Amino acid sequence: MPTLLAIGTAKGLFLATSPGGRGWEVSGPHFPMTGVYAVAVDRRPATPRLLVGMTSSHFGPSVATSDDLGASWAEPEQAPVAFPADTGASLGRVWQLVPGGADAPDVVWAGTEPSALFRSEDGGRSFTLVRSLWDHPHREQWGAGFGGQAVHTVLPHPRDPSRILVAMSTGGVYRSEDAGESWSPGNTGIRAYFMPDEWPEFGQCVHKVARDAGNPERLYAQNHHGVYRSDDDGRTWTSIAAGLPSDFGFPIVAHPSRAGTVWTFPLVADSQRYPVDHRCRVFRSADAGDKWEPLSVGLPDEPFHPSVLRDAMCAGGAGDVYFGTRSGEVYASRDDGDSWSLVAAHLPDVLCVRAAEV
Amino acid sequence: MVTVLVPGPLRGEVGGASRLTVEAAGSVGAVLDALADSWPRLARRIRDEQGELRRYVNVYVDGEDCRHAGGVAAPVADGAEVQVLPSVAGG
Repeated sequence: MPTLLAIGTAKGLFLATSPGGRGWEVSGPHFPMTGVYAVAVDRRPATPRLLVGMTSSHFGPSVATSDDLGASWAEPEQAPVAFPADTGASLGRVWQLVPGGADAPDVVWAGTEPSALFRSEDGGRSFTLVRSLWDHPHREQWGAGFGGQAVHTVLPHPRDPSRILVAMSTGGVYRSEDAGESWSPGNTGIRAYFMPDEWPEFGQCVHKVARDAGNPERLYAQNHHGVYRSDDDGRTWTSIAAGLPSDFGFPIVAHPSRAGTVWTFPLVADSQRYPVDHRCRVFRSADAGDKWEPLSVGLPDEPFHPSVLRDAMCAGGAGDVYFGTRSGEVYASRDDGDSWSLVAAHLPDVLCVRAAEV
Repeated sequence: MVTVLVPGPLRGEVGGASRLTVEAAGSVGAVLDALADSWPRLARRIRDEQGELRRYVNVYVDGEDCRHAGGVAAPVADGAEVQVLPSVAGG
């Protein structure tokens, strides 16, 4: 089955296809001169639907969909994601698009800047603000990092439709156990070294959270310094950074089916946002973070300086892993990261990647 | 009645037209409201959902930058020409 790799960049969307599993054909840019921070491939419909969150520096943000794998796009006349007038807020960008569970085939979630969650019940054509999170009493204390203040992670529970988790920078992890009616922080054990109280109830700068597909109660979090695992669906967290060369970075990705396998791309530190030792290496754990190993076969040998952003790493459905760099290269592995090959080079800064068999 | 000049990057929203005519006047906001009635996607490229002009979009009323005359409250006389132009920005 052909693989489609959607590559969101600072200047448009590129679509890479690998019809026979050998070589890549790249089209684009789609939505030229827009920053594409969010892409999703919704495989629930009979024909997979692509969803793209793009932002023009001049003409603002929007969401478009394609039901023919990017041959044509539809964008509603009315803004698909917009804050109601009484909020006084305006959409900065859509940071995350996530199809809901199989029980709700038309539900799509959107995480946005400023930090908010939106829900679509028509497959991503129009979205409604989730008021319960917007009205949370903590909201006024959520902060903004360098990338802005955003809900960048949305993780519906795959087996329990009442549970959903979001993560924001800054603010941390919030969980709902009543289908989004109410929200509680889930940051116990995550250190916020940049705050006077280093163990606050909320306010952490979580960069990305991934759910273990084999054990959906288990989550992994790459923090603004700190790599953590939760074994209780995000209530409490313990460090799994001991085997990594650095606890700083942005992406963290879990294997789509095998429990305990997770990948990350460590950077030196907050103040040194380069790959550790200036080497291009992905790190993998096969035991839920107890031990880590570097992976670099097929990756550049020469000194390597660009970082990998929070959504610029993903896994496909068959042990295939992908990441894109701020220098515009995209790499793929079809063996869990043991070896890598180049998908595309000389693209604009890669902001996000998503892969699916289509 | 007011004439609105549409910049090249936005003409795809209006079938390629470079000039539109709207039955509105009074203020820039009123003209943009009228645009939104007929071409909502064009209008939301110019203003956000709270009605504020997007930061890097400029609107000129008979050659004057409306930001120097009250922004969306800037007066627009019947028969005026309202020109929308993206500002010089980006990298």
